[in-house]
Amino acid sequence: MTAAAETRPILRIEGLSAHIAGQQVVEDVSFTVPATGITALLGRNGVGKTSTIKAIIGLIDRTGAVELDGVRIEKDPTFKIIRSGVGYVPEDREVFSKLTVAENLRLAERDDAPRRQLVEDLFPDLLARSAQMAGTLSGGQQQMVSLARALLNTNKILLVDEPTKGLAPKIVAEVAETLAEAAKTVPILLVEQNLHVVRQLAEGSVVLSGGRVVHTGSALGFLDDAELTQRLLGVAAEAPAPEIRENTGKFPVTTEAAPAGKGAAL
Amino acid sequence: MTTDTDAAGTNSTGANSQDASGAGAPGTAGAGPRRTAAAQRSAPPGKPRRTRRKVVGAAAGLAGIVLLVLLPLLNLSLPGVLPGPTYTPGSLQLLAMCMLMAAAALTYHVLLGVAGLLSFGHALYFGAGVYGLAIILQNLDIPLLPAMGLTLLVVIVLAHVVGSISLRVSGIPFAMVTLAFAQAGSVIVGRNPDGTTGGDEGLSLRTDNLPDFLVGVANTRNLYWLALAVLVAVFIVVTWVQSSRAGHVAAAVRENELRVRVLGLQPYLVKLLIFVVSAVLVSIIGMVFLLLQSGAVPRAISADLTITLLVMVVLGGVGSRWGAVIGGVFYTILDQRLTTLANSDAIDALPDILRIPLSEPLFILGTLFILVVLFLPGGLTGTAQRLARRRKRLRGAGEARTGEDSTAHDRTETSREILEESA
Amino acid sequence: MSTVVLLLFTGLGLGALYFLVAAGLSLIYGLMGVLNFAHGAFLTLGAFAGWEVARRTGSDNWGIFLLSLLVGAAAGAAFAAFTEFVLIRRLYQRHIEQLLITLGLSLAAVALFDGIWGTDPVFIQGPAWFKDTTEILGARIPNDRFVCIIAAVLVLLAMVFFLKNTRYGMIIRAGVENRSMVTALGIDVRKAFTLVFTIGGAAAGLGGVLASHYFGYVSPMLGGSLLIFAFIVTVIGGLGSLTGAAIASVAVAVLQQFANFYLGGTGDFVVVLALALVLLFRPSGLLGRTS
Repeated sequence: MTAAAETRPILRIEGLSAHIAGQQVVEDVSFTVPATGITALLGRNGVGKTSTIKAIIGLIDRTGAVELDGVRIEKDPTFKIIRSGVGYVPEDREVFSKLTVAENLRLAERDDAPRRQLVEDLFPDLLARSAQMAGTLSGGQQQMVSLARALLNTNKILLVDEPTKGLAPKIVAEVAETLAEAAKTVPILLVEQNLHVVRQLAEGSVVLSGGRVVHTGSALGFLDDAELTQRLLGVAAEAPAPEIRENTGKFPVTTEAAPAGKGAAL
Repeated sequence: MTTDTDAAGTNSTGANSQDASGAGAPGTAGAGPRRTAAAQRSAPPGKPRRTRRKVVGAAAGLAGIVLLVLLPLLNLSLPGVLPGPTYTPGSLQLLAMCMLMAAAALTYHVLLGVAGLLSFGHALYFGAGVYGLAIILQNLDIPLLPAMGLTLLVVIVLAHVVGSISLRVSGIPFAMVTLAFAQAGSVIVGRNPDGTTGGDEGLSLRTDNLPDFLVGVANTRNLYWLALAVLVAVFIVVTWVQSSRAGHVAAAVRENELRVRVLGLQPYLVKLLIFVVSAVLVSIIGMVFLLLQSGAVPRAISADLTITLLVMVVLGGVGSRWGAVIGGVFYTILDQRLTTLANSDAIDALPDILRIPLSEPLFILGTLFILVVLFLPGGLTGTAQRLARRRKRLRGAGEARTGEDSTAHDRTETSREILEESA
Repeated sequence: MSTVVLLLFTGLGLGALYFLVAAGLSLIYGLMGVLNFAHGAFLTLGAFAGWEVARRTGSDNWGIFLLSLLVGAAAGAAFAAFTEFVLIRRLYQRHIEQLLITLGLSLAAVALFDGIWGTDPVFIQGPAWFKDTTEILGARIPNDRFVCIIAAVLVLLAMVFFLKNTRYGMIIRAGVENRSMVTALGIDVRKAFTLVFTIGGAAAGLGGVLASHYFGYVSPMLGGSLLIFAFIVTVIGGLGSLTGAAIASVAVAVLQQFANFYLGGTGDFVVVLALALVLLFRPSGLLGRTS
């Protein structure tokens, strides 16, 4: 890897703003993701992390500039952005529950030579269950399907949204291991609530608050600053990260949970 | 947390000036920051201008009504619009029909524009008014007003039953279900059980118990005045409903049902209330329609009528009371004129490829409707507003930008949002 | 007994027609969220196209009948593809405006059919065999019922095969479940939109030709009257579910026939009642997504 390639970011976001049903959920967000390693996108519940990821690939209406490997992509429709080399692992996995595991994977193949062997090696469990409906899998297995869908293709970047959400500790470790393995070949932008996982995986960090970027820098540097972590994430980094799955009511107007009736359209 | 930016943002999505009057009301607190933003925006600088405009608007409205009241006494000709001078029964009949259709479109506006309910069964209540009153007058020897009261009772029960079932679903399933119920009504009327509805032929109005001044061609102008009174009354009631607490909650539900629920309000009951109010209003219009047409025809309860009302509201501009009125009048006159045109010699002489489409008023109206949806999403009122604003901007670029543009909402945007929200 | 059998087969024949309309309607709604009011116009155009074939070439002939089915399906498919490609696509994701467009289109199309073929029903004749009856368990069943049933079953099988075994079928199934995730896998889902419209239009066009034989006539109103029952069927069956549409089509039509015969012509009313009950106890329909 040359020095030039390392200095040029793989993904550059400039002035990204997004709306859901007329509500501003991402507000003038700018940051870059380096071409190697894992960058964590952090922040409290509902600050717009998932919306930022969705805005990058155009799943929600947005304005601003998105540059992938030096090419502006914000004018492209979602499917073209993905085809230009973005692997997306959504929050809540979003496997097609009425399709089999094999069908879920086949649907995701977009390269001429998808890396089926790699996926089989990483997730031998899925091979055994290839004829099973994805909806009948456990949460951990569904997460494997979701990761496998992204890893099947050669990507310039992976956008991975809360991959450990709601999973048992053993599975969390497995997912983290898989991400660490993947990060050897492709840069990852990772949204993650579990700060142990972040500490283990992430090099850089971008912290959002109220739809804006409030901090960027080394992930460890951020997590070691207890006062800053407490202020921006509401948790002490040293303590085991509480599993915040449901909205606790502290932030009733979260953008991620609000427009349930409209969620289907997004 | 996003309040400040929303106020500045160009995407701000509050309602138009009419709806915005309720923007800051308690019922819409849950509708979030953009509402408060809308309220702030119109507060200090907008206020005097808005009150002045309101006064001017009210005066113009009053003058318009006075003119409309005097029409039957005047000898005005509008060639191409009215079949004859304004005092002739033919013209008065058409004008009265315009009033009733405009009023009916207003009641549809309450469903779609206020509560975001895309109903395909509104004709059921119009038809219930028409047929209910016709059947009661036919079979019972009671005067007009008690007969109307009895019909209203039937409609209230019917609207509660159908509304409470249909509102279990929302969006497009709601449209389909209301359509199915209305179709059942339409089928029953067509079946003519025990000869009560007259089947395809319809029922002619039995005039024995009607007051004399409402009967006969010579009294068309009384019916015209009645229709005008109905339109004005419906407009006032609709305005009142929209600015009432229920209206605000309904609008908030339309924008974000979950939020309203979080606030502990009952979206279901509010929607049912709006549904019933709209049904009752349109059934009254149906009763006057029966008197005007001196008969009930199956079209009055058909899905076609609902679709016509929807087309009127969209043509005029979704979410606007004046849009509904203008759409209703425009559609009724256009339909009448196109029918006359279809039967004219000029059309008859054309080659088939032009004659066939031009001799079908619904083909032209349907095509026009498609074009409006595609290219003028704010309907007639939205487009008029856009044009006026563009002209104003051309005239005084600097002043207009800071004044009008930032305070007034764009009708076209509002229309699109309402449609999106009813999905 | 013979009455029950007759009613059953008549109901199945009618159910076959409902299914041919509802199948496309349900898939289109499931994938795209568009309630397609123009679907009845696809059917009517198919029926008139089939009728024109029979009128111009002589009707009492199986070859001509099959040709008319083909032409009807092609006409429906072409009209549907045009609708999606020229009108619906411009309003991507704006579901109510898409609905309004289809509504305007159905108004305009029916008016145009009125102008071209007149408002009165035109009568149609098929192969002589259609008018004969076949005796099953003592009931004499008009043969055209069997034609409708067989055609609908074949269409159902073909659609299921397509959905299960082709890549586009897979995309459509996945899209019905979660459209945005399909695009987030790098798939241009709009191609599937055109395809679903075309397939739905072909089924409706085919249904139009069959309906004209079932009822014995074609009129510009033919599509509209079947469309309403197809709406009911799709809601009862569950929006977006092909199997649900098939089951509900048969259930609704058979129920309708029995109620018409045994409950004094209340078939339509009973169907709406069934719809109300389904909504009260299972708002997402029999096989609908429970969210």
